[in-house]
This record gives sequence, C-alpha cells and structure tokens, in this order.
Amino acid sequence: MQAKVKAKGSAQPLVVSANRLRDGRVVWLAADGGWVEHLHGAVVYLGEEVDAGLAAGEADEQRQLVVGAYAVEVVETPGGMVPLRMRERVRVDGPSVLPVAAE
Amino acid sequence: MDTIERHAPASASMYKGAGIYRYDDFDREFLRERVAEFRAQVARRLAGELTEDEFKPLRLMNGLYLQLHAYMLRCAIPYGVMSADQLRQFAHVARTFDRGYGHFTTRQNIQFNWIALEDAPDAIAALAEADLHAIQTSGNCIRNVTTDEFAGAAADETVDPRVYAEIIRQWSTLHPEFSFLPRKFKIAITGAPGDRAALQIHDIGLTAKRDAQGRIGFEVWVGGGLGRTPILGFRIRDWVPEDALIAYLEAILRTYNALGGRENIHKARIKILVRDVGQARFAELVEQEFATLPREKFRLDPAIVAAIEAHFTPPPFAAVPDAAAALAGAVAADAEFAAWVGRNTHAHREPGYICAVISLKPIGGVPGDCTAAQMDAIANLAEQFSFGEIRVSHVQNLVLPHVRQDRLHALWQALRPLGLATANVGLLSDIIACPGLDYCSLASARAIPVAQRIAERFADLRTQHDIGTVFINISGCINACAHHHVGHIGILGVDKKGEEFYQITLGGSASNDAALGDIVGPAYAYDDVVDAVETILRTYLAVRSPGEAFIETYRRTGLAPFREALHAAA
Amino acid sequence: MPLLDGGHVVEDPWVLVPDDAPFPADAPALVTLKRLPEARRPGRRLGVLLGPASRAEDVAAALPDLSLIAVEFPKFRDGRGFSLARTLRERHGFTGEIRAVGHILPDQYRFLLRCGVSTVALPEGADPAPWQAALGRFGVAYQPAAAEEAPLDHLRRRLAAP
Ligand code: SF4
Repeated sequence: MQAKVKAKGSAQPLVVSANRLRDGRVVWLAADGGWVEHLHGAVVYLGEEVDAGLAAGEADEQRQLVVGAYAVEVVETPGGMVPLRMRERVRVDGPSVLPVAAE
Repeated sequence: MDTIERHAPASASMYKGAGIYRYDDFDREFLRERVAEFRAQVARRLAGELTEDEFKPLRLMNGLYLQLHAYMLRCAIPYGVMSADQLRQFAHVARTFDRGYGHFTTRQNIQFNWIALEDAPDAIAALAEADLHAIQTSGNCIRNVTTDEFAGAAADETVDPRVYAEIIRQWSTLHPEFSFLPRKFKIAITGAPGDRAALQIHDIGLTAKRDAQGRIGFEVWVGGGLGRTPILGFRIRDWVPEDALIAYLEAILRTYNALGGRENIHKARIKILVRDVGQARFAELVEQEFATLPREKFRLDPAIVAAIEAHFTPPPFAAVPDAAAALAGAVAADAEFAAWVGRNTHAHREPGYICAVISLKPIGGVPGDCTAAQMDAIANLAEQFSFGEIRVSHVQNLVLPHVRQDRLHALWQALRPLGLATANVGLLSDIIACPGLDYCSLASARAIPVAQRIAERFADLRTQHDIGTVFINISGCINACAHHHVGHIGILGVDKKGEEFYQITLGGSASNDAALGDIVGPAYAYDDVVDAVETILRTYLAVRSPGEAFIETYRRTGLAPFREALHAAA
Repeated sequence: MPLLDGGHVVEDPWVLVPDDAPFPADAPALVTLKRLPEARRPGRRLGVLLGPASRAEDVAAALPDLSLIAVEFPKFRDGRGFSLARTLRERHGFTGEIRAVGHILPDQYRFLLRCGVSTVALPEGADPAPWQAALGRFGVAYQPAAAEEAPLDHLRRRLAAP
C-alpha cells in the first residue's frame, strides 16, 4: 500500500503533513507552528526531532484544525525539496491528469 | 411522419423522465430530514463535539471521503437511472462546489473530487432539490444497488429490474439493523438472462425471472467480491418468490451481521464468512433465519410492486415503421457512423428504437470523467432524443436508452462536436479505470495515466476495431474498484518502495461466464506496463483463429504464448 | 450512569452485579450470562448483560424470568447488537426492557429504538441534548422494524413522535 507509510525513524529528512479539516486541502507544518499549502514552507526535521512536529500535529487535530497528521520523507534536489514517495509527490503536485476540456 | 417530427421533441421534453422513480412528499420529507441531520453532524465535527473517528462513519454514510487533495463526494445514481434535470443538477454541483467536472464510477455513482467539508451540506442540499442524494454510497452499510444499464429497454429482458432495485433502495435506506455491518454490502440485480450487472462479484446478486406461470421470482447469488481475496458468488437459491424478496434479503443480512468478521477489516466481507463456514452451512443458516422471520411483516405486497412499477411505465413510444430502414440507409451512407452504430448501440425491445451508448472514454481522456458543459449538453440531448432519460453503465459510460432509429444519425452528429462520439464501446480503449493515485488516498499507483497511454498507443480506431472486444480494467490498488480481476486484461497498481508497479492478469470475465484472471508474471514498472499490454495484444493478433475474440483465444491457449512473448520482449 | 428513556434521563434502579459479588437483597439484579442460572429465583427482578457475540438463543429459555436484557456495544461501529435486540423482540417475543450499553452515538438512537431497544445507558456526565435532537430528526422510514410504528404500506411508515 502506498497509503501513508511510517516514515518516523527514517534516515531521510522529514516534514509533517495533514489535510485541513474544513476543506480537506493538503497542508504542511511550518516553522511558526501554522499550516501552509506549499511544501517549500514546511519545517524540516531530522531523526527524532520529528516527534515535536507530530505532537504539534496531534494537538492541532484536537483543536479541529487538521486531520491525520503524519511524517513524510523528503529529499533535497537542486530544484528544492521533493517527497521521496510517489504518493506524496502527487499530494504536492495535484493530479497528474486533468479532465479533457476542463472548464 | 411530419406530425411525429414536430411533435416528438416537444412531447419528449414535456415528458419528464420516463422510467424514473419520481419522488413524492414522503420521499422529499425524508431527504430533507437527512440533509438536516448531515448539516448538524458537520457542525458537531467542526465544533469538536465529534472526533474524526466518530465522524468518519457518519460522513461516509453520506458519501463523503477524505482523499489525497480534498474531500470527495460520491453521489448515488440509483441503479444508474437519471433524468435530464438530475444530470443538470450534477453539472450545477460540479460548477458550484467543485472544479467543473465529475467522475462516473463502476458502481453507478458520480464522484466530485474537490468538495470542502464546510460546503458539503450545501452540496447535498442542492442534490436533494433534484431528488438526488449521497446516502449509503460508502460506509459499512447496504450500498447503492446497481443494475443493467439497458434495464427496461433491452430486447432480451424478461423482468424490469428497476422496479425491484427501487424497492431494495427504499428498504435498505437507513435500515435500522443493517447500517453498521461488518463491512460494505453491495447488491446487484438484473432481469435479463445475459448478465450485464456482474452479479457474481457482488455480496448479493439477483436475477429476476419468471416461472412457467409467469410469476416473478429471483435467483439469488451470494458471497462474491473482489479486493484482496477475490471470490465469485455462489447460487444460494434458485427461486425466491417475489413476495418473499425482502424477507430473504433480511435473512441473509441478519446472518451476516451476526456472524461476519469484525476483528480484521480484510476478513469482514460476506465472502469470507461464506468461505469459512462453507456454502452449504451458510445456506442452512440463512434458511433457518428465513424460516423464523415474521413473514407477513416482510411480505412484499403486490400492491407495492404495482405502485412502484407505475413509475417505470414505458415512455410514449411512437410507431415508426420506416425507422429501421432510415437507420440502415444512414449506416450504408456513412462508414464512420456505421462504426459507431456497430459498437455503441444495443437492441431495444420497442420496434424502431435503439439504445445509444455515449462513450466517456475519448482517446487520451480520463475514463468516466465528464465536464459540467458536457453534462448539460447530454441532458439536452436526452430530452431531444431519449424522453429525458439517461443511464450510467458499470463500465463508466452513459446511455441514452430510448432513441428512435431514424434519429440516431442526428444524435451522433450532435455528439461529435462535444467529443462524445468515440466509437469504442467494448474496444480496448473503453478502459475501466479507478481514480488511482491521482486522487485516492488508498492508492498504490496511478490508474488514469496508464489508461490514457494504452488508448494513445492504439489511437488508430481501425486497429482497435481489428483487435475487437477486449475489456481492460485498471485498479490503483488491491481494493479493485476497477474490477481488474474480471478484466480480460486486468492491471493492478502495486507499490514497491514508493514507486509504481503494475501486475497484469489475463482471462477474467464479469459476465455469465464469470472468471478471475490469471497473473502473467512479475509486475511492470510504470514506464513498461504499456509495452507489456501491447505485447499481449500483438500476441493475440498473431495466435488467434479467424473470428476468435481475445477472451476466446485466451481460453484456448492459456497463459503460455503470452508469457513467452512477454519474456522475449523483456 | 444516566439512563435515557424516551429521550429523557430517568432513574436507574438496576444494580450491575459483578461475577464475584453477592446478589443484592432488595434491588433488581443485572447479571452476566454466566451467572444467570444461579440468579434465577422466583420473585427476583432479574436482568442479564449480553456481550456482543451473544445470540438470542443463549437466553431464550430464561426469557420468562427476565425483566431486562442489556446488550453491549463494544464500539459504535459494531452493529451486532441491533440484530440481537431485534431477534429478541421479533422471534422470541421478549417484552421486557432492552437496554443498550457501551459506546453508542446519538446518531444511532433512532436505529436502536426501531430495533426494539427501550433504553440507553449513557456515560457519566453525558449531555442528553444531542440524543433528544436525534430522536426528533426523522419522522419517516422505509422498512418494517421491531418497534410499533404506523405503517403506510409494507415498506413506508411514520415513526412515533418522540
Ligand atoms: S482501487 Fe484502490 S486506488 Fe482505486 S479507487 Fe479503489 S481504493 Fe482507490
């Protein structure tokens, strides 16, 4: 399953992601504790540090801000940060297909 | 002829929905109550009075999923039947609450991909204005009942399954006992000897038929399902009389609700219960339950059947003796039209009429997607050509069920500029694909772009016509929403270390000769899967006997030639 | 624990008797299935607590001695209790109190009543308001159920006002 994998404990840099409760949009945990819609605004954790981010995510689930916070592995590329896994890349970029003649 | 010509469109548009169950005050009152309930549930969730764990089953019972990018709203098109006004309302919802398009699914639903939770109650209220809803399109309850897309029109039909599908829809709606089942529960029904509703892959499959005296009863299949453990259903009863239908369904459901697995989500479907206790024992348990039910209470009164049947009276067909000749003339004069007629129509029981299939599989398009503008246009065409009635098929196409044969050419010409006249029904580009990793949070791999690339590889329709009927089904994960196990060529997306791979099966079928496909070998990477499909199809062309369809060749040769060719190509 | 009856919180006279405790002298006793045989005594008001895997047949023989059957819902998603309650009413003709206990949502209240449940045990401190609201929400239904209702025909019916 490409569904959420346990990225905690990964050697990769990690970010924390979730869906926003009120509209379901993909959001990323930023350094100021808020949630942003773009991956490049996300705070990057190494190793155990991600526990703080996951705790913040959990707290914001309790506060009805987000749903299902979890850690996502990322890699640094010359073009910036990119998720390691295809699933998360689709969450960053949106669907790779659009309906024909979308209005 | 002249008077008919002038009269027909007017009467068609005034004739609001032949064969559509029209809501009365009772139904509308119910729907209003349901919208109000959902609005309150969303408010409780946003206020923190419901946890996500508690809210999830409640929103699912209203068809609301949380997907990769947003909430997705799955609306029912009960047994695949809708009116022009209802299709327009879907277009309205697509424009107002979504991004201007919707996706028709294999279960006769339409999905909107970009709904905000805050807007969901308004979207559902908008649906209710057109007697539409999203009730029980998800969750561990009895789902939207499905049927044959040519129901009430097909020449080979013996009983109109829409009548019983509507009865089952009503009976299962917010059923007090069966709304928290171990797992989802899908019922399909058909009234023709040719199974166009894939009965054997459903939790319950029903064939409505008549006995020697003409009385109606049902052959009942149970325990089918795909997913991780694909199993074909078995025939539990050859005959359940009409008036015992509800009682018999109650008996099956109660047996399942009491004994179905609740520990492990992968072992909770009725197919696993049937497998574990054995078919004979399961049948015995159901019969025991059936024998002790208060039968009079559940008796399906003939008066109810008659009242529901009255909703499905045939539309006012015209006598058009010249229609068949007119169609034959148009076919002879226009090869492209002839190709479309050859693939995209189905015989109608009424002389002079025909069922027309609108392919939602343009080459390179997203299978099953339809823009709001296309929905509006199809609604208009349905009013002009098909008494305002539209069907959704379980292969993600639309059907105008009642088209006069002498007007079929005009319909085709109207469909062309809309990009809706692709002559590929049943051909390799008529691919069933689920939303896959482009939208679905459970997905392992994308399905839509694979479908697009296969269709583009064989973009020349003449090649497709030469290859002939072949069903390709692509699921983005083992949940098998695109029924890949029963595709002639089935493609299953799997995840290997975060990258997309595809396992291919051959020889599946969802018809009367239902079969599960055989795995050809190791999975292919995203970049290689289309080559593999091409190799399979070229192998078929090389080894087929004259006039032999893909599935027939496969049944004759088995996996061997296909495996060899794939091996050689690798 | 507050007990909900007809949308209102009422007094609960029943005492849940743990398996190792003596039966109360003057209060109606709610016992487990295991203890049911020894608890049956003329004149004693007796109730039994059924776990989610129980079947109606497990208590069928004892029904004449029972005034209360408590049906446990370990998790609101586990719907076995609906079938159990309904079978007790429809097949076995049980007319005493059926009580739903465990994890239940107000959104399920109407379903419970329609399956023949009479009362719901709420967690300590629970607000009865959403339960009352849930009761008033639906006035119509589409299928026969265990509860007394006003059928319009064999499928449709008006539900009793709360
Ligand atoms: S098959 Fe899997 S990926 Fe496709 S729609 Fe179903 S759950 Fe989603």
